[in-house]
Amino acid sequence: MTSHAHIPNVRTLVIVWLALLCLTALTTTVSYLELGWLNIVVALAIAVLKASMVVWIFMAVRYTTSLTKLFVVAGLVWLGIMILLTASDYTSRDWTYQPQPWSHNAAAGASR
Amino acid sequence: MAETVIPVGQEPTAEETHLRHHFATPAQQMDAATLGMWTFLITEVLFFGGMFAAYAIYRGMYMDAFASTSEFMNVVLGGTNTAVLICSSLTMALGVRAAQLSNRKQLQLFLVLTMIFGTIFLVIKGFEYHAKWVEHLVPGFNFHYPIPQFERHAQILFFLYFCMTGMHALHMIVGLGLLSYLLIQATRKVFSATYYAPVEMIGLYWHFVDIVWIFLFPLLYLIGHRK
Repeated sequence: MTSHAHIPNVRTLVIVWLALLCLTALTTTVSYLELGWLNIVVALAIAVLKASMVVWIFMAVRYTTSLTKLFVVAGLVWLGIMILLTASDYTSRDWTYQPQPWSHNAAAGASR
Repeated sequence: MAETVIPVGQEPTAEETHLRHHFATPAQQMDAATLGMWTFLITEVLFFGGMFAAYAIYRGMYMDAFASTSEFMNVVLGGTNTAVLICSSLTMALGVRAAQLSNRKQLQLFLVLTMIFGTIFLVIKGFEYHAKWVEHLVPGFNFHYPIPQFERHAQILFFLYFCMTGMHALHMIVGLGLLSYLLIQATRKVFSATYYAPVEMIGLYWHFVDIVWIFLFPLLYLIGHRK
């Protein structure tokens, strides 16, 4: 599918710009409230919303080919894989016993 | 595939559209350029993603130390910079639109505005870095944390802060160079409705750099809630 140049509407661009500024003010305000673990959830939700608006409207992914959209989503999936697998490594490191060089037990000594 | 009907004899020449021989139509060439640019941006997402992953792990490990650093971040300057970058994204998007409409004067105006916003961002960032040096918050070189029990772990956050904002600032500097190139080309009347791919692609890069900052601001400046 060929996508013909879509010329953006100035009004749409200005609305997105205003929304981005309002969301910046909102995320700053919310950070002053004590919400416990919800603080980071709200902060990330607002950031994801802002980023999506930039990608969809300013970067005009909306008007690109399906293949480009697939690439954009694939990039996010790969980012998710990197963060999830790194987190799973750090979370599960001490779930099983691993002899360390400084643990003077017979098993560790014998293997050396 | 609805092709725009162009009256015979008025089709833009291959020279005007900069159409390479291996592409059938200018539209196909543009789609290929967009896909290629996004492929590059995905590598950039993963490049910054590595630092975000490191941030997530250490934040999980040393939550209290990380939260304590928010006191030493300048929210006013960070927030202003966020707004400045959002404005630069708007002017960049308007610049691409001006190029699509063959409006050279407007394109030049918006490119200059985008560069001004980008420069304001870097100047503010410079003041922030200077303040960090004065307050002894530069890890490795000059670090004395006022809260002794968090000295070591807070240093990790400041290390991430300088890596992430530093790489971001470097991308901004590269972006300013690319915008200068666009401004020169625009002045030479290279761009028009038939050929504006470089404006659009560099625009994508500029918006990407804006998105990185959209995540850096809440994650580095707004960790711990303030009173």
